[in-house]
Amino acid sequence: MISFSAVAKRYPGGQEALKSVSFAIEQGEFAFITGHSGAGKSTLLKLIPAIERPSSGAVLVNGQNVGALKRAALPYLRRNLGLVFQDQKLLYDRTVFDNVMLPLAFGELGGREAERRVRAALEKVGLLAREKANPVQLSGGEQQRLAIARAVVNRPAVLIADEPTANLDAASAVEILEIFAAFNQVGVTVLISTHDEALIGRFAKRVLRLAKGSIVQ
Amino acid sequence: MKAWLRQHRQAIAAAFGKVAAQKSAAALNALVIGIALSLPAGGYALLASLRVATAGATLEPQLSVFLRVDAKRADADALGANLKADVRLRDLRFVPREQALKDLQATEGMAEVVAALNRNPLPDAFVLRPKSADPAALEALARDLRALPAVAQVQVDSAWARRLGALAGTARLAIALLAALLAFGLVAITFNTIRLQILTQRAEIEISKLIGATDAFIRRPFYYLGALQGLAGGLVALAVLWGSLAALNVGVADLAASYGSGFRLSPLPPADALAVVLFSTGLGWFGAYMSVSRYLLEIGEK
Repeated sequence: MISFSAVAKRYPGGQEALKSVSFAIEQGEFAFITGHSGAGKSTLLKLIPAIERPSSGAVLVNGQNVGALKRAALPYLRRNLGLVFQDQKLLYDRTVFDNVMLPLAFGELGGREAERRVRAALEKVGLLAREKANPVQLSGGEQQRLAIARAVVNRPAVLIADEPTANLDAASAVEILEIFAAFNQVGVTVLISTHDEALIGRFAKRVLRLAKGSIVQ
Repeated sequence: MKAWLRQHRQAIAAAFGKVAAQKSAAALNALVIGIALSLPAGGYALLASLRVATAGATLEPQLSVFLRVDAKRADADALGANLKADVRLRDLRFVPREQALKDLQATEGMAEVVAALNRNPLPDAFVLRPKSADPAALEALARDLRALPAVAQVQVDSAWARRLGALAGTARLAIALLAALLAFGLVAITFNTIRLQILTQRAEIEISKLIGATDAFIRRPFYYLGALQGLAGGLVALAVLWGSLAALNVGVADLAASYGSGFRLSPLPPADALAVVLFSTGLGWFGAYMSVSRYLLEIGEK
């Protein structure tokens, strides 16, 4: 599903975020990426939707070398990936419902079917009752769940989340991970970065450990 | 296809929504664009009116040869025969002094003047049409004619018409230049307005791109917004133009009546009015295009 082979990423200015990373994630797998901050977790996750491009090596998604995709092809790659960002990137000038509607605005669905999809996504994360609220009225855990609802509304085959539990208390963090686990149960490939070792311990899943830009385990 | 139409519908709705959310700013923009555009459009309308008024004036060169007032009719006949033999002339027309006086009497306001004269002050005259319109040839011809016996004065009549033509040509060029400059200004205004709009929607654009919006999807509402602004500006320009011409025509009507003329400044014909609006809309779209392209280039693939 997703494979990295000898991927390196240097940022302009010489900072080397990743050096020769290789691994593969199978379809339907659930994997954690862990490591200290600055270990390269975020960079690794950004390479998959081609938000960043590798300096060398190849990142394959469904057999497609995403590092070589033309700009015009990127939207279609990203629509098939459900992305949950570290800073959530919610829109505070519109309701919870409209935040989840955003990815459908440029998709093929319209009207009733789109609304039905939005409500289904909100229901899966337990936010259906808050659809008319503004994101600022939500708690940290609820905001994170909203970000997940937006990521899954297009029914992607892969969910990628960068530190989805970073600012949450332990109970909310477990709740969030259980939502990801539920999507994984129905066949969605899940890739989550976190530095919370205790949390990883609660879920017996595959762990990719990054240190100084390399996989150490 | 259905999705494509829906997206356009949503983009248009978004553009109208932006205008509705910022009514006064949108109105001011339309006013600025409209007033700027009304200047060249107004100039064009004035020129078009003048062209209609001067359409009867001949641009063909014409020479008037006036005889001395004391010349006898026999002198005129001799001169006529002389002129008929001149190969440089296409044709000629003799205007006897009695006829000239009658013509003058028929002219508005001149009857009393003529009646006050106790003798005919007008000479016999010939109106000549030369074969060549070349100024040097005309000058040479006039010089030769002046040397003929009994000739008092030779006048090259087409000069004023040609001057008017040249003046109108210059005015047209000036208006075209003004239009080009203001078109540039209109694009700059739209560029700026759209840029501000983009910046207020920066978060939405960034997120949309991250989760799979195409550049076309992001551009679309701004195109509509720019075109809408241009359209409003074009309509304001027409309104300003019609208002100004109506106001001016009150004075023009009085002035023209005193010359016994029914001359009026006419508004732009429908085709030209439509062209002004389309032009303005197109420029608005173009300003938006430049602005969004610039922004998308700045943010890259993120």
